[in-house]
Amino acid sequence: MGINIALAGNPNCGKTTLFNDLTGTNQYTGNWPGVTVEKKGGQYKRDKAVTITDLPGVYSLSPYSPEEVVTRDYLTSGAADVVIDIVDATNLERNLYLTTQIFDLDVPVVVALNMMDLVEKRGDAIDVSRLSQELGCPVVEISALRGTGIEELMDRACEIAAQGHIPFPEPCYAPYLEADEEDPESAIANARYDYIAAVCASCVKRAASGETTTQKIDRIVTNRVLGIPIFIVIMTLVYYISVSTVGTIATDWANDGLFGDGWLYTGTEQYEEAVGAWEEELVAAEDAGASETAIAAIEEAEPDPAEFGLWHPGIPVAVTEWLESVDCAPWMQSLIIDGILAGVGAVLGFVPQLIVLFLLLGLLEGCGYMARVAFIMDRIFRRFGLSGKSFIPMLIASGCGVPAVMATKTIENEKDRRMTVMTTTMIPCGAKLPIIALVFGALSGGLYEDTWWVAPVFYFLGLAAIIMSCIMLKKLRAFAGEAAPFIMELPQYHLPTAKNVLLSTWERVKAYLVKAGTIIFLSSMVIWFLLNFGIYDGAFGLLDTEIEGYIQYSLMAGLGNVLAWIFAPLGFGNWEGAVTSITGLVAKENVVATVGILTSLGDAGEGDAAMWLAFANMMGGTTVAIMAFCAFNLLCAPCFAAMGAIRNQMASAKWTWAAIGYMCGFAWCVALMIYQLGGLVTGEVAFNAWTVVALIVLALMFFQLFRPMPRYDADENARAQSKLDARGAKA
Amino acid sequence: MADSEKTLREVPIGDTVHVVRLAGVGAVRQRIMDMGLTKGASVTVRKVAPLGDPIEVTVRGFELSLRKDEAQNVIVA
Repeated sequence: MGINIALAGNPNCGKTTLFNDLTGTNQYTGNWPGVTVEKKGGQYKRDKAVTITDLPGVYSLSPYSPEEVVTRDYLTSGAADVVIDIVDATNLERNLYLTTQIFDLDVPVVVALNMMDLVEKRGDAIDVSRLSQELGCPVVEISALRGTGIEELMDRACEIAAQGHIPFPEPCYAPYLEADEEDPESAIANARYDYIAAVCASCVKRAASGETTTQKIDRIVTNRVLGIPIFIVIMTLVYYISVSTVGTIATDWANDGLFGDGWLYTGTEQYEEAVGAWEEELVAAEDAGASETAIAAIEEAEPDPAEFGLWHPGIPVAVTEWLESVDCAPWMQSLIIDGILAGVGAVLGFVPQLIVLFLLLGLLEGCGYMARVAFIMDRIFRRFGLSGKSFIPMLIASGCGVPAVMATKTIENEKDRRMTVMTTTMIPCGAKLPIIALVFGALSGGLYEDTWWVAPVFYFLGLAAIIMSCIMLKKLRAFAGEAAPFIMELPQYHLPTAKNVLLSTWERVKAYLVKAGTIIFLSSMVIWFLLNFGIYDGAFGLLDTEIEGYIQYSLMAGLGNVLAWIFAPLGFGNWEGAVTSITGLVAKENVVATVGILTSLGDAGEGDAAMWLAFANMMGGTTVAIMAFCAFNLLCAPCFAAMGAIRNQMASAKWTWAAIGYMCGFAWCVALMIYQLGGLVTGEVAFNAWTVVALIVLALMFFQLFRPMPRYDADENARAQSKLDARGAKA
Repeated sequence: MADSEKTLREVPIGDTVHVVRLAGVGAVRQRIMDMGLTKGASVTVRKVAPLGDPIEVTVRGFELSLRKDEAQNVIVA
């Protein structure tokens, strides 16, 4: 017969590491409380008859948070034959508190004493056999990190499961209960800790207590004066490395090489000179009105990079050659190259940058700094109704919204979590940076990468949108209420293990890869279909891309026309603007590519001056329309993949639609105000009915931002009171 | 409240005090107790965060961060 073993313990006690050791799976752990929220199952790798369930880390079984409820329900359901209670030996007293609560559930328990090496390093000593005697259950020393003591632990657990040994027939803390306590809850909590203190006094020998290493590090890292400068330096470094230097080099390598023409390792200069000369020749021939055959001959003579040095073709080049060699139908070639490869490639091109970003964030998480970030930032976030814990998803959102939404798991309070999910993707993610580059190029004629302050300005705008949204949402009934408590453990610093950092990076990158493989894959096919099929000359079918302006006959143009009215008050009410925003809703990576197709510039890219001009013309040439377009596309609902993540996280269709609706509505309002009111100021837009709407929206926003917090509790109390009064009157 | 009693919020940085009792109700109070701030526990106030809130204390051998509003519920002496 199989044995069911449950793993329980405090957050951050090494539970997930032990689970990985036992089952051979790879869950990632972070050195900050609350990384596991759902329970996970697995089979013991040495004996498949043994099932292991990893429960969320909790400090107590008092059912105040969802994790506590999950853990408590599982343990009381009788599903577990034995509970392995993982106890962090460096933090014995607080960890044993949960142990005493597990004892109350009358299930067989084995205590796994983890991190004993750290206790010894500190010069302390724990008498393990004495502890086992005092607790009335087996205690096994283990090191989850090094994988020692695990077989013994499992042997004891199986033994105990077979015996069904229950440690305490009556509450272990019974002798410590005091009758004069004002309420039973605190009487029991006090008695538990008194009992634990007595147990520890008999088993633990402490060395002279000096300052611990963690306290020494925190003296500097969370110092009153140095804390914030250190935080800014660390974050700047993270972004400098991942976005500006290493990440960009890697992303360029992927975009230009892997998903571009290929790599030329040597002779690049000669090749570029040859291409320049060839382009000039081509332009000169076109200007001179050369015949089509003459131009075709010149086009044929395009320099082949392979002739200039060591060259390796990129995926599109290789695939095109292969498709041509197997005589693939032209439309199929177009679907594969222009549709799928271009769409999926645009997404995959960001992977190197994301790997660098997530590696660095994983390092910070693994060593314990993230909890300090929450500690430092809490003051700011509480002002608009969130806690410091909401900052971590927002950091991740600057890379990709999908793992950011997933990271909101660790926020215990449901209202805070929902609000963070709804707002976190307003931070510009990696895929929005090309939009910023395009818009900035169109407005100023310069590339944002050369103008360092542009990207920070957009991050600041994203942050401002989040702050405003939180203040406004907090005053709605669904979010109103007391601020969630911020009673948080600051874990000890430790060197992160390479395995763990790599695992956390992989988990997050995987979420992004899955998005590329599923949502983006499908959506690029759909977009390709909408762009390449249409009604031309009264017949529906594949459009000939050689026709001048073929795109206006496409289904996409039709869809754009149908939806253009939505965007008309925002200044980009033509079908091109609508189409671009729709493809952006699927994935922000599509925006620049769509503009490329719409303006017949192909894959010119966001750094191309011709693209800036064409984009500005597409937007009708007004600055405010371009700004409004940018604001809408940066703030509206993120890509399909992030919406999917929101759906998972909210676990409710109603809340998912509320989140998407809010984001789109907010983005629309902001864009409306930029275009109508901004245009009025600059003189680009005349006063009209929409100006009035924009003013009303502005007034409503100000009202919601500055009105005092509505007293929903008081209302409800008053209503309840009046009901009681009415009943009293009747009686 | 006796003369020597005050709330944890008022304890100067670096001082060590003992918990006398907890004020407040519900989830916050339960959470404070679960984290080991129970009657008789010794608490050392370590520091205040750079922006003035929350505070960091050492209790039962580990570092705990809590807001000043929450610390106000802990009566110490």
